[in-house]
Amino acid sequence: MAAAAAFSTPSTFNLSSATQNPNFPSLPALSSSFKLAPSIANSPIHPFKSLKLNRSTRFVSAAASSPSAATSSASAATTFHGLCYVVGDNIDTDQIIPAEYLTLVPSNPDEYEKLGSYALIGLPASYQTRFVEPGETKTKYSIVIGGDNFGCGSSREHAPVALGAAGVAAVVAESYARIFFRNSVATGEVYPLESEGRLCEECTTGDVVTIELRESDCKLINHTSGKEYKLKPIGDAGPVIEAGGIFAYARKAGMIPSRDA
Amino acid sequence: MASSAVTPSTSFLVDKKDVGFSALCTQHSFPCSAQVSKKMVSKKIVSVMAPQQSERKPSTTGAVKTGMTMTEKILARASERAQLIPGDNVWVNVDILMTHDVCGPGSIGIFKKEFGKNAKVWDREKIVIIPDHYIFTTDERANRNVDILRDFCTEQNIKYFYDIKDLGNFKIFESDKLTLQANPDYKGVCHVALAQEGHCRPGEVLLGTDSHTCTAGAFGQFATGIGNTDAGFVLGTGKLLLKVPPTLRFVMDGEMPDYLLAKDLILQIIGEISVAGATYKAMEFVGSTVESLTDKTSVPYEPVYSDGQARYLSEYRFDISKLEPLVAKPHSPDNRALARECKDVKIDRVYIGSCTGGKTEDFMAAAKVFLASGKKVKVPTFLVPATQKVWMDIYSLPVPGSVGKLVRRYLRKLVVIHLRAPVAVLVCVSTTNRNFPGRMGHKEGQIYLASPYTAAASALTGFVTDPREFLQ
Repeated sequence: MAAAAAFSTPSTFNLSSATQNPNFPSLPALSSSFKLAPSIANSPIHPFKSLKLNRSTRFVSAAASSPSAATSSASAATTFHGLCYVVGDNIDTDQIIPAEYLTLVPSNPDEYEKLGSYALIGLPASYQTRFVEPGETKTKYSIVIGGDNFGCGSSREHAPVALGAAGVAAVVAESYARIFFRNSVATGEVYPLESEGRLCEECTTGDVVTIELRESDCKLINHTSGKEYKLKPIGDAGPVIEAGGIFAYARKAGMIPSRDA
Repeated sequence: MASSAVTPSTSFLVDKKDVGFSALCTQHSFPCSAQVSKKMVSKKIVSVMAPQQSERKPSTTGAVKTGMTMTEKILARASERAQLIPGDNVWVNVDILMTHDVCGPGSIGIFKKEFGKNAKVWDREKIVIIPDHYIFTTDERANRNVDILRDFCTEQNIKYFYDIKDLGNFKIFESDKLTLQANPDYKGVCHVALAQEGHCRPGEVLLGTDSHTCTAGAFGQFATGIGNTDAGFVLGTGKLLLKVPPTLRFVMDGEMPDYLLAKDLILQIIGEISVAGATYKAMEFVGSTVESLTDKTSVPYEPVYSDGQARYLSEYRFDISKLEPLVAKPHSPDNRALARECKDVKIDRVYIGSCTGGKTEDFMAAAKVFLASGKKVKVPTFLVPATQKVWMDIYSLPVPGSVGKLVRRYLRKLVVIHLRAPVAVLVCVSTTNRNFPGRMGHKEGQIYLASPYTAAASALTGFVTDPREFLQ
C-alpha cells in the first residue's frame, strides 16, 4: 500500500512491495531497491508496516489476500481495491488538512498517524459522510475520487501524507495541482491517477471499485454500478514512481550515492 | 506600474527597498517571472517587448535553434544545457532553498533519514530558514518546531536563520523608539523577508517549501514551491528534477489608474484563466519594472530576458486603463466580480496583511483611504505587517500625498505573523491569497479577496466597497 511508506520516504516505500504488499508494480526495476533493505531493517517503521497489512487484509477481496498477485509476471498489474470516497472540484489543501494541524511533523511516526486522523476534515458540512470517523485514525475508503484541480493551494506535503497515513492508496482525479501531484510522487504516499472525464459524477461514496494499472491500459472498475472507466497513463511521473520516489530514482540514475555507500 | 503599488505619481515616497515585490506574481503554486530592468519607474505604462540579447556566445549560436522564454533560459543555465523546451525533465542547480517552521522540520527529518544523521547540507550559504507561520504562540508543538530549526542551523552552521527566541515579546520596539529590542534576528513573513534581505536575484533558481514562493518571480528569477521530500533532496544535493514549464504571457497595456493596485490586476487574470489555468506553466508579465537591487545584495547577478522569437503557449492582453476594482467572491480566487457590484454585501471583518497584502505599500494604500475619509472604520480591521521592516516603515513614513501625516496615526495594533489567525467570521474582506472554505478558520466563513484600497474602503462602510468612493 502506498501508505506503507510511513515516513514518507520513498526508499522505505520499496521495502513493502512485492513481498508483503502486492499493490505495487512488480517490475524488474524494483529489484535494485531491495539493496536498501538491510540498512532499513532496523528502522522503527516496521511496526507501522505490519499495521498496514492488518488493515488491508480486512478487505476480503483485497489483492493483499492473494499473494500470487505479488509475483512478477510479464503482464504485471498494479491493483488497488476498496471503497471509494467522492469529492468535487478544487479540493484545496486546507480542506485536505487544515492549517491548524500543520504543527504535526510528518517524519515523526506518532504525528504521522495523527495527521491521518485529520485527513479531509476540512471538507464543508455539505459532505455528510465523514472521511475518517471521529475517534478513528484510519479511513475505510482507500480510494478518493475527485474532480478538477485536486490538491490545489499550499505546498504542504502534509496533504498527501495525511491521505496516505489515513489509508488512501490512490487518488483518481480529473486533474491535479502541480505541487500536490509532485509531493504524491516524491513521497509515494498516494498514487495520483488521472481519469478521462468526470468520475466524480459517475461514482458515489461507498461504491466498491478496483483500479488496474497495466502498461497497455489503465482502468477503474466500479463494481457497484457495473461500469468501467479508462484512466490516463501515469506519464512523466512513471519512472519516478516505478523507482520508488525521488530519492530512489536519483540513486538509480546515479545522481546520489546509494545508502550503503 | 506594478513596482509602485499605490500610485505612479512622482510625489509618492518610494522606499526603494520595498519597490518591486508588489508585482503581479501572487498566483499560487505557479512559477512566474517578470521582466527586470534598471529603468526608473515610469508614470505611463506601456507594453514593451523583451529586449533582444545583443551578444551571444559563439558556443551557443549553433546550438540555439529556437528562441527561449526567460523561464526556459533560466532553467537551461541552471541545468547547464544550451537549449531546453517545455516538457524536458532536467536536474537543476538550486541557488536558494527557503524553508520555514511548518515544513522545515519535516524536510530536515527526510534529509537526515536519506543522507544520514551526520550528513552535511550542500551549501550553508544557500539555505535560508525563516520561522514565520506559528510564532508568538503558547502551542508547544509550534515552539518545538522552531527549536528543531534552531538545532539544525547550529549543527549545520546555516548562515541565514532568522530566529525567534523571546516568544513573550512580539514588540519590536517601544512606542516611538525605533530600536530593536527582543528578537533582533526575526524578520517575519518568509516571502517578503527573502526579498528584503536580498535573497531574490534575477536569473537565479529559488525553491521554497511554500506555495507562494513564486512571489519571488517578481525579481526575474525562477521561483516555485516544493514539498518536504523535494526539499530534503535539495538540502543534500543542491539539485532537483524539474519539468520545464511552457510560458503564458501577460501583456499589460495602458496607464494604471490611481484606484487600482497589483491585486486588482491579478484578480483580473485569475478570473480570466481560473485557479487551474496556469498549472504547470510559467506566467511571464511584460511591462513591469523593478528598481535596481544594488542596495540589497552584493552577490553578482545577471538578468535574463526572453528572446524575441521565444514561443509562448498563449498570450493575454489587458488594457489596464479600463479595469475597475475587483474582488474574488467566496469560495475561490477565480470567482471574480466588480467591487461595486458587491456593495450590498454586509461584512464583519477586514484583514489587511499576509505575504500578499502585508507589504509597506499595502499599508500606505490603506492609510491613504483612511486619510481621505477622515472617519473611523465600522468593523474590526486587522492590520498585519509581513515583516519587522514593514512595521518600522509604517511607524516612520508619511501617508503618500500628504505632509506630516504619519501612517501610524491611522493604523494601530500591528502584529507580525504569516498565517491569518483562525477567526469564526461570517463575512470578511481580505488582502490574502486564497478564499477556499475554511481558509480563515471557519468552514462557512465568506471571504472576499481584494486590494488594500478596496479592503480599507470596505472597513469604512461596513460593506464591500469600491475604493473610488473615497479616492475620487
